[in-house]
Amino acid sequence: MVPQTIAEVGGMGHSIKRKEDPRLIRGKGTYVDDIQLPGMVYMDIVRSPFAHAKIKSINSENALKVPGVLAVITGETLAQYNLHWMPTLMSDTQMVLPTEKVMYQAQEVAAVIASDRYAAADGVEAVEVEYDPLPVVVDPFKALQPDAPVLRTDKEGKKDNHIFHWEAGDNEGTNRAIDEADVVVKQDIYLPRIHVASIETCGCIADFDRVMGKLTVYMTTQAPHAVRTVFALVAGHVGLSEEKIRIISPDIGGGFGGKVPVYPGYVIAVAASVVLGKPIKWIEDRIENLQADSFARDYHITAELAAKKDGTMTGLRIKTLADHGYTDAAANPSKFPAGMFSICTGSYDFKHAFAEVDGVYTNKPPGGIAYRCSFRVTEAVHAIERMTDVLAHELKMDAADLRLKNFIPADKFPYKSALGWEYDSGNYHGALEKAMQKIGYAGLRKEQAEKRKAGELMGIGISSFTEIVGAGPSKHFDILGLKMFDSCEIRIHPTGKAIARFGTKSQGQGHETTYAQIIAEELGIPAAHIEIEEGDTDTAPYGLGTYASRSTPTAGAAGAMAARKIREKAKKIAAHLLEVAEGDLEWEPGKFSVKGAPQKAKTIQEIVFAAYTNHPPGMEPGLEAVSYYDPPNLTFPFGSYICVVDLDRGTGEVKIRRFVAVDDCGNIINPMIVDGQIHGGLTMGMAPALLEEISYDENGNVQGGSFMDYLLPTAVETPQWETDKTVTPSPHHPFGAKGVGESATVGAPPAIANAIVDALAHLEVRHIDIPITPEKVWKILKEKGVAL
Amino acid sequence: MAEHKIRVTVNGTAHEAEVESRLLLVHLIRDVLRFTGTHIGCDTTHCGACTVLLDGEPIKSCTVLAVQADGRQLMTVEGLEKDGQLHPIQEGFWEKHGLQCGYCTPGMMMTAYALLQQNGNPSEDEIRQAISGNLCRCTGYMNIVKSIRYAAEKLP
Ligand code: FES
Ligand code: FES
Repeated sequence: MVPQTIAEVGGMGHSIKRKEDPRLIRGKGTYVDDIQLPGMVYMDIVRSPFAHAKIKSINSENALKVPGVLAVITGETLAQYNLHWMPTLMSDTQMVLPTEKVMYQAQEVAAVIASDRYAAADGVEAVEVEYDPLPVVVDPFKALQPDAPVLRTDKEGKKDNHIFHWEAGDNEGTNRAIDEADVVVKQDIYLPRIHVASIETCGCIADFDRVMGKLTVYMTTQAPHAVRTVFALVAGHVGLSEEKIRIISPDIGGGFGGKVPVYPGYVIAVAASVVLGKPIKWIEDRIENLQADSFARDYHITAELAAKKDGTMTGLRIKTLADHGYTDAAANPSKFPAGMFSICTGSYDFKHAFAEVDGVYTNKPPGGIAYRCSFRVTEAVHAIERMTDVLAHELKMDAADLRLKNFIPADKFPYKSALGWEYDSGNYHGALEKAMQKIGYAGLRKEQAEKRKAGELMGIGISSFTEIVGAGPSKHFDILGLKMFDSCEIRIHPTGKAIARFGTKSQGQGHETTYAQIIAEELGIPAAHIEIEEGDTDTAPYGLGTYASRSTPTAGAAGAMAARKIREKAKKIAAHLLEVAEGDLEWEPGKFSVKGAPQKAKTIQEIVFAAYTNHPPGMEPGLEAVSYYDPPNLTFPFGSYICVVDLDRGTGEVKIRRFVAVDDCGNIINPMIVDGQIHGGLTMGMAPALLEEISYDENGNVQGGSFMDYLLPTAVETPQWETDKTVTPSPHHPFGAKGVGESATVGAPPAIANAIVDALAHLEVRHIDIPITPEKVWKILKEKGVAL
Repeated sequence: MAEHKIRVTVNGTAHEAEVESRLLLVHLIRDVLRFTGTHIGCDTTHCGACTVLLDGEPIKSCTVLAVQADGRQLMTVEGLEKDGQLHPIQEGFWEKHGLQCGYCTPGMMMTAYALLQQNGNPSEDEIRQAISGNLCRCTGYMNIVKSIRYAAEKLP
């Protein structure tokens, strides 16, 4: 896209430098742990060593003797206020602090309040808890067996560990397609538990002002407004009323979905502040963050893909068991317990498909949140992109040819998928062909054949993903009943500068820059003169927050719509100033001029000044607008990635030699930021493909619960990403954008997994579950007799 | 718990503090002296968000006791800018989009500072090795490498 505005205005398409950086590169950001309030005290949490146990007693006596310790809060304390349980975003229930039993290792058991961090930690050590271990359910398949212990004994009448059944599509038609197919491939695919592990952990300062009756909570949240409403609903009965609650989300050190849920720690801190009348700071450490905060994935998938002999895909059936831990604390829109998993037909033109997901309780931490992806989209994309390669293998077809044969053609958009979505726009052939050309696909296949003869293991993997983001049209999407629109309020100052506030909250995406560019594009006011604010519920308009790549599709759209309202009024003022009819005016970024007489013009700055100094009679003075944008549909970013790997036969190590990513996120606001989002997303896609997993032993003990063994990619493992793009605007979005923060995290894992499997395909390997660690590869090499 | 009187110089200015034996240096820097640009991201010395220079050497200040810094020189991110002039490393991170959430950035920049002191013209591989003890979850490192190259070229 050629920018419509000049560089000084910095509208869409300009790679302007980020407005948030001057403070962050000086160490002058304000993250929650940087804030110190007068009289503030600290909270630390006692956690369970057992995955399932009755609590026989909690003795705080010794803890209260520790110098500096002020109070110990237990489930019994909270029960006095009926605050010991809270609802999850999926309308399940979750303990804030237990009164009877613990359900996973590292669950919160009690909280210690003390004068400083160290005293609070000492207090935690001194709290004595007696447990009576109960049988532990770790395996979700076993959890569904009739003899499995029922975990949720708190739920009256609950006789099993089943949470929900969800399905989409045409079961019968799909069965028929599978019965009648020339070939059917079937594969179990497991997407393990992982953790977003933003470098800043979660935390808050809860500050209840007894005189004013006002609660201010500084917290690491991606959705401050929704949190305020949830607090009002949960604690309304103890007198917290929504106008007396202020949530401030300061600078956030990465979110990726992990800062959407309301964790027990926040609620305990609020309760403690109300009880003690002091500001309470709670900052979790990394081990708590990995072991107790919401996880992502944990989907046990069985997929069947049916096709004709020539490779035409005819049917897809996917059955999934979703391990949710002890409560369904996923962060999905209410009506979508499996999120957007039904995007699993991907980029292919299926006539028949059926998908079902069953949620199960186990003795593990709750969650089911995103990991830098829109609700369950990575799971869906991994399934279809892996299955496409399994089919190619079965048919001995080239993986690219098979994709090109089955893509939804560009002229079929808007396209109604077999599972019910209306894809807005796409050009899948264009993206894959571009990626193949850029990487030199044909040449790589030749090289691979030669290497195989020489005994070397090289693989090429493709992933042609379709995402579904920007939730969403409020007739389908809500969270606890709150419709998933988003918002922007713009105020233009007399001298032509502006402030705009949004209902979202950046966690590194660069909203202060890109939102200013959207408004600059619409009004011609330089982005440098537009201040962006988010995250303070007392000042920002209500919105549902930043996750699932929804900021640009929803709040960004609201920004454009609010700016257009301002431009409409500006036009009336310009007509008055130029003494012509509105119809005689034309707009170019930054000014209205008279058609046919371009020298007769008023700049936006002149018009704005007139709004405060010389407004037309009968018109209200001032220049402000608000927009609450309810998108008509979701957006469907897509792309094609190609990865080349070399395997070390001696160690099983996987080396990513090249990785080409062609993304299409529609029109681009800031190319530099988009590229950065893709680099980061690719790295977070590589992480679960090669490194990250949180697992549990049979007693429910967490494995991989610290950075000692939960391996985030460092600069050394991370390759040089090669990015490129095609541009297919969204037809329904005000400026044709689609959202981009997560595409790469969604698209990268199958490209890498497919490349590794491809390197071993001639040895009849057709699937490996991620993370594909050197150990896993080496075992296969050994088994196949090719290890060195 | 024993208390100790210590003196540390931070970014050229001397500070005194009474600290417990067990106080971590990162907490002295952040909570006591209030240089909050230095961050904390883990408890196992893996993330590098807490990286500062102790007598010119990059260290993870979450794994050093405050008392060990007694009588020594510290440099934190707040010491990079001189006389209102951004350090070329800071400029590089801004120009090359080397940060997103910014949480890892101060530690990353201090590691880069130490690298460039030793090696004024590091290769891409040398940069990647040098920052391998600093985790970034947002950027994928590519632009961080570019930011540090920018500084290498700019520095005399
Ligand atoms: S805080 Fe992670 S290394 Fe120091
Ligand atoms: S910029 Fe967010 S962790 Fe590096």
